[in-house]
Amino acid sequence: MITHAESGHPGGSLGMADIFTALYFSEMKHDPSKWPSVEGQDLFFLSNGHIAPVWYATLARTGYFPLSELSTLRKIHSRLQGHPATKEGLPGIRVASGSLGQGLSVAIGAAMAYKLDKRPEWIYVAMGDGELNEGQIWEAAMNGPHQKVDNLIAFVDRNRLQIDGSTEVVKKLDPLPDKWKAFGWNVLEINGHHFAEILAAIAKAKTNLGTGIPTVIIANTVMSKGVSFMENIAKWHGTPPTKEMEAKALIELAPTEWKDYDDPAARVYKGRN
Amino acid sequence: MPIYPVKDNKPTRNAFGEAIAELGQSNPDVVVLCADLKGSLKLEKFSENHPDRYFSIGIAEADMIGTAAGLAIGGKIPFTATFAEFSTGRVYDQIRQSVAYSNTNVKICASHAGLTLGEDGATHQALEDIGLMRALPGMTVIVPCDANETYSATMAIAKFKGPVYLRFGRPNQPNFTEINPDFQIGKANVLNPGKDVTIIATGILVWKALEAAEILQAEGLTVRVINIHTIKPLDVDAIVTAAKETGAIVTAEEHQKNTGLGDAVAHVISTQFPVPLEIVAVNDTFGESGLPDELLTQYGLSTQDLVTAAKKAISRKK
Repeated sequence: MITHAESGHPGGSLGMADIFTALYFSEMKHDPSKWPSVEGQDLFFLSNGHIAPVWYATLARTGYFPLSELSTLRKIHSRLQGHPATKEGLPGIRVASGSLGQGLSVAIGAAMAYKLDKRPEWIYVAMGDGELNEGQIWEAAMNGPHQKVDNLIAFVDRNRLQIDGSTEVVKKLDPLPDKWKAFGWNVLEINGHHFAEILAAIAKAKTNLGTGIPTVIIANTVMSKGVSFMENIAKWHGTPPTKEMEAKALIELAPTEWKDYDDPAARVYKGRN
Repeated sequence: MPIYPVKDNKPTRNAFGEAIAELGQSNPDVVVLCADLKGSLKLEKFSENHPDRYFSIGIAEADMIGTAAGLAIGGKIPFTATFAEFSTGRVYDQIRQSVAYSNTNVKICASHAGLTLGEDGATHQALEDIGLMRALPGMTVIVPCDANETYSATMAIAKFKGPVYLRFGRPNQPNFTEINPDFQIGKANVLNPGKDVTIIATGILVWKALEAAEILQAEGLTVRVINIHTIKPLDVDAIVTAAKETGAIVTAEEHQKNTGLGDAVAHVISTQFPVPLEIVAVNDTFGESGLPDELLTQYGLSTQDLVTAAKKAISRKK
């Protein structure tokens, strides 16, 4: 997608692919045929909107729009904007993101609405670690436990890289778990590429329901995971691979087990409780 | 003989608080978020009657706007409440991305707008907020002229689907309109007929426009007074009609000349029916501490300034 678009953000997209897979194919209760209703739906918000390619790919594979549309990423007249947007009406996207630091606030607001309506579904949100430089994240971090949104599970993509290099050099984040704990969150730390750990962390987060305490899962990830010559290199935050690199990368990456199916009945994801 | 008898003197923010309290009773989807200014925004009644739907966000305006967007996505009608400066300039990008571009049903309610906030001075005197908000695609911008209209507008925006910026203020001021259950967003009100000049005013300057019209009428001139309570979408027809029928226009607002109502009206008449235009607004400067009326006089927004501007506009007619 990103090679075809000749611009975009491959590093974070590859690094979060496992978590998106766990959420949309296993954990989340969602039915693309019900879009845009929130009735009976778990909601997902992407705060670091620049990793839109992995979200778009996930949404297409779960039946929100045709796979063929992925090739329009970042092209004129596309619903797949460079950063997620609602204006063009792409199913699966409920708020624009890309200007960093805003998604946690939005997700907490949605979780508050679900609480008011006594909806049993869950709210998920993903943030980048570099994004945690933004002050609004910490305003929201204060607000989450204050509003008692224990129906919210947040992920931090802890790949330790941002545009200018190491997160610890650009603006020191560690000790990151302690910071979230100090703000009153239930903090879990996992290997973000290990499915059993991802699923176990979500299951553990869900046991917090009733405590008033939201959960943040700090997922240790590798930028550009799965592509040897791109892994852990900050340059791949926002640089498109060339066609030759793409070919090499696709050999290294495991092929998807998910067929480009057309059976709408297969597109109802019941989630797990 | 006054054109409009004053019912009472009342701050517009009080009427906002009353409308919010009423909405609390009548509309279960209405929720209120406040950034540590419950007393200033007159939200005590709503917060007491509906503690589950009143959210204290603390002094965290950016988070408040984002949270409101999320509440809207979850099906609520969120009203955010703080001063105008912190409702706009401080959170412009949050509004642009999470509210306007995302078309979330958030009502940004901003008190203490303009110079008449008074003694707190320029740090708190929002004079650029109308411009900031009207620049955003999809944003509706409403500036009521008195307490009753603030009540009417607050009720109306709860029914309207889409982002709204509602601007009102702190001081006591004449309350002269009737509460209107059919408040029409985007529809200007002609408060006084007239043929020699039109004063197009918004917010508290509407009352000054009526005072100016009385003075000018005593001098034998007839002055049309238009209350533009909705700055976006602008009632273009009312403006063009006024240009055609009166041949001269004065705009009046408690805001910077740059990007305000005057600019919006100038755009309309210069492209559709050019006539002499005078813009009464703050002239590219920050405010200062003082009493509301002292400040309006100091920055050229007094009744007498409107009279002078009207005469100048008339004199420029060919």
